[in-house]
Amino acid sequence: MKKKKAYSTNFIIGAVITGIVLVMIIIGFIHTPYDITKMNSAVKLAPPSLKHLMGCDNFGRDIFSRVLKGMGNTFVIAFATVTIGAVCGVVIGAFTGFFGGWLDEVLMRINDVLFAFPSILLALVFVSIFGTGKYNVVAALGIAFIPSFARIVRGEFIKYREMDYVKSARLAGVSQIRIIFVHILPNTMTVLLSSIMIGFNNAVLAEAGMSYLGIGVQPPDASLGSMLSESQTYLFSAPWYAIFPGAMIILMVLGFSLLADGIKEK
Amino acid sequence: MLLEVNNLNIEFYDHDLPERVVNDLNMKLDEGEILGIVGESGSGKSMTAMAIAGLLKRHDMKTEGEILFEGEELLHAKRDTLRQYQGNEISIVFQEPMTSLNPVKRIGWQVEESLRIHRPDLDSSERYRRAIEALRDVELDQPELIYKKYPHELSGGMRQRVMIASAMICEPKLLIADEPTTALDVTIQLQIVKLLQRLNREKHTTILFISHDLSLVRRLCSRIIVMQNGIVVETGTTEDIFHNPVQEYTRMLINAIPKLEKPVI
Ligand SMILES: Nc1ncnc2c1ncn2[C@@H]1O[C@H](COP(=O)(O)OP(=O)(O)O)[C@@H](O)[C@H]1O
Ligand SMILES: [Mg+2]
Repeated sequence: MKKKKAYSTNFIIGAVITGIVLVMIIIGFIHTPYDITKMNSAVKLAPPSLKHLMGCDNFGRDIFSRVLKGMGNTFVIAFATVTIGAVCGVVIGAFTGFFGGWLDEVLMRINDVLFAFPSILLALVFVSIFGTGKYNVVAALGIAFIPSFARIVRGEFIKYREMDYVKSARLAGVSQIRIIFVHILPNTMTVLLSSIMIGFNNAVLAEAGMSYLGIGVQPPDASLGSMLSESQTYLFSAPWYAIFPGAMIILMVLGFSLLADGIKEK
Repeated sequence: MLLEVNNLNIEFYDHDLPERVVNDLNMKLDEGEILGIVGESGSGKSMTAMAIAGLLKRHDMKTEGEILFEGEELLHAKRDTLRQYQGNEISIVFQEPMTSLNPVKRIGWQVEESLRIHRPDLDSSERYRRAIEALRDVELDQPELIYKKYPHELSGGMRQRVMIASAMICEPKLLIADEPTTALDVTIQLQIVKLLQRLNREKHTTILFISHDLSLVRRLCSRIIVMQNGIVVETGTTEDIFHNPVQEYTRMLINAIPKLEKPVI
């Protein structure tokens, strides 16, 4: 039997960081040390201590609890965004790449137009039409993410549709839908997985950015971006308020980048 | 009569000038025979094979004429009708054994695919049994092991045998082999030719063997069609073609056989 190829160091470090992040998120969903909306003027902007591991914010809310919850919100939004972007992108990219023709032309021109806008700008436009809030941010970012996935998957399908084994499958009477999803799609998995990871990172950053601008997760709910935004007034008087949410964004992104690298190298 | 091709024309429109790659081709194939198509590369052999196998449904090309398989017109048949035949009654094996198998799927899965499509009534254990039998039929040792392998774990010759196994698993009436040996070593080429011969004899599979190597065609085929620039320039029994080639082009192809390999009749 052949030995499985060893994972790279990058992959292992990425997996460990992502593991820690996921554990924190799960803890945040189950239980936080303090109610994240409960204010306590006695501990306003208190520095980190054993009682408040990451200190307290300007309302005296426990930052550690809010970071746990905020990571969960950020993660869920990023996850939903990437799911929408990847699923729609895969379907569009697969069909346009496989069939080509006028449908491909039309969809790819639309794609080019969407692609030309930065996704955050696109999302801003969307939110200004449909309003702020978690779900609108997910919808806006999700749609904004479709073009990049569609483009990558389309390229893969153009490459694979001319392969001899796809010809063989056609000549065995396999239906086109089955060829697309059963014969070709598994071949695109490596590329797809690493773009999902990269997409996830972009989504974390985009969510943070939008919440920072005040159009994402609405107070008193927490997200890493909104915490960062609220903390800027106290950057010098209470640096822990900004440092911990910021560090968590970096950890999440770093973990997934390393994972993505590891997958690409395999 | 198994297959009849009448006045087949194939034209491409993907460049500025339309390009006719097969011109007024006629041929007949009797049940159980092995027919050879020879010609230099670019003479339209593969296009003819694709037309028969029903793979020429593209928007940038035009096909005229008719292809009758057991009396049924296939050239302009609907895709759904074609799919009833593909892999079931008509199978094809290509030149490139390195790229003809899906790199991310196990051999067994790929060999079984035609069964999944054309014999949905069979359960997975029966499919497995038939796949193992098909792999054994193409003279692969330890078919149970090969069943579990990925393409990159097999040699070129083994892959070509796997291709033949998956082409034969539904026991098609017609097997088209488009230069199946060109990418292989000489010794393996001969083994594959012998294998095709045996399948023809034991399973009565009609074979359309395409090659530019006349020494192989001579071993295998009873009749030969010679193609040049999309036109059939000569056709006849293997003996006729080798003993009294009418065309200069045919003589040239015969002379291209390395002397050492030329089999003695
Ligand atoms: N997409 C295409 N557009 C235009 N011409 C093509 C295309 N594909 C193949 N041809 C031409 O068709 C001719 C016949 O090709 P083919 O049947 O593959 O030859 P053979 O199999 O005998 O080597 C060649 O001259 C080739 O250039
Ligand atoms: Mg060819």
